[in-house]
Amino acid sequence: MLMSEGRNIPRARRQRMTKSKILAAPYLVWMVIFTVIPLAIVIYYAFTDSITGAITFQNISAISTYIWIFLKSIWLALVSCAICLIIGYPVAYFISTRQNLSTQRILYMLIMLPMCMSFLLRTLAWVALLDDTGIINRAIMSLGLSALPLVRNDGAVVLGMVYNYLPYMILPLYTVMVKIDPRLIEAAADLGASHGQVFRRVLLPLSVPGIVSGATMVFVPAVSTFYISQKLGSSGTTLIGDVIESQFKTAYNPNLGAALSLVLMIMVFICVAIMNRFSDGDSEVIM
Amino acid sequence: MTIIVLIFLYIPMIVLAVGSFNKGTDMATWEGFTFHQYSELFRDSALLRLLGNSVIISVAASLIATILGTMAAIGIFNMRSRMRSAVMMVTNIPMTNPDIVTGVSLALLFAFAGIMLRINNILGFFTLLIAHITFDLPYVILSVMPKLHQMDIDLRDAALDLGCTPIQAFFKVLIHEIMPGIISGALMAFTMSLDDFVISYFVSGSGFITLPVEIYNYTKKPLQPKIYALFTLLFVVIILVMVIMNLLQASDDKKRSQAKHAFVGGKGRVGI
Repeated sequence: MLMSEGRNIPRARRQRMTKSKILAAPYLVWMVIFTVIPLAIVIYYAFTDSITGAITFQNISAISTYIWIFLKSIWLALVSCAICLIIGYPVAYFISTRQNLSTQRILYMLIMLPMCMSFLLRTLAWVALLDDTGIINRAIMSLGLSALPLVRNDGAVVLGMVYNYLPYMILPLYTVMVKIDPRLIEAAADLGASHGQVFRRVLLPLSVPGIVSGATMVFVPAVSTFYISQKLGSSGTTLIGDVIESQFKTAYNPNLGAALSLVLMIMVFICVAIMNRFSDGDSEVIM
Repeated sequence: MTIIVLIFLYIPMIVLAVGSFNKGTDMATWEGFTFHQYSELFRDSALLRLLGNSVIISVAASLIATILGTMAAIGIFNMRSRMRSAVMMVTNIPMTNPDIVTGVSLALLFAFAGIMLRINNILGFFTLLIAHITFDLPYVILSVMPKLHQMDIDLRDAALDLGCTPIQAFFKVLIHEIMPGIISGALMAFTMSLDDFVISYFVSGSGFITLPVEIYNYTKKPLQPKIYALFTLLFVVIILVMVIMNLLQASDDKKRSQAKHAFVGGKGRVGI
């Protein structure tokens, strides 16, 4: 559609189109000032010295000390992503196959509702649940067993990520699955495909765009979080978000912080690009 | 599976709601039922002011973003495809960028502007507003765009040919066609603003902060259980809003299916 537009447009309409384009001008100015220029400033800070302002590669080379933190952030985000997919996929399928539209809508809203509430407080509630003297451990101890170390470890951080970002996985999956024609699945089953084959050869390929956008929407906030790891993690689970936050808020070394942000940003763009390649290149982010 | 997931999603909410009626300050120990936290909450004018701040910022930011974003969507829609994809790429930057990077980059911009303009304490209401508008804009554009693509462009041309000025054509024809997109974009922008913590955290000064930023500061200090009370009230309000929206949509669906029956064959009158 986009390609054919170029030629067969009457002149009157083309003139109107030219005029309407001006409507985007304020937005473009806004985006240049508040999106493009800030990113340029990040790059500038990343390559300059904090005191003299001279150009330096010190900040970038200092990142090598944080390489393990980077890898750990990516690892935990990927694990959360995978768990979200495994949990979220059947849920999205279940919702999208309800016959009654209002049942679908209610379930959709129930999944979405937690996202509207402060994620800080919800994460804090998990601390109250999992703490050494928290609700779960009190229950365990009242049974005469010894308390489990449920919090301040990698598992708790992953739990926090899965909990906070699971809806971001379910919603795009649902959006894609609800558009899949149920007759395709019936046809496959009628033609003798087993449940596994229907899943592998029909359902899964058709839901790839949903998987990709869901995975992106879980991965990006998970890899850059700092609150979840602060509350549910320990000093051993410092993530890259924590390091950036501390450079700006406590250690006050914005140049190093900018360098870390730059690397994080590039890394995320690469990851997103790789994920998008899986979906045949035509993946508009599905909200 | 779905039920287990729903329980998983709602456990923390229940913990917070129960905690708000607890006599003690520790969420993990139940010391008896009380409304004390709620009366404390309404006596705490500082906390209510912060809630007000959050609402003001979210309303203002989503309103401005909706107007700017709708205009932009129409403009982008009328661009040639190469120009359009270039602009959409810029639009996608704040969507794909981690919040922390957006927050940091804006904080650096404001610090830079502060030095240039010789303003000592630049972080405040306006920096917060600018940041919120910036991350709201893509949501508005991405929800208005599909409606423009679905729309029959001849309708607007017909209006223009029949003597409407472009502005009349917009308000009499175009806006009705894309209204659902505008509304859902505005709502999405509003909720994003209301719940945003990460970006606000980096661009707000001590003068003007929003509720999530203050909650973060609170959670570093000994906890104040009246926050749970506030949370529980907000939760109830949101549930009510959702139920009302759901009912409205259900009745709208009914009307639509009736309208479809009434105009068999024709397109029917397009309702909003």
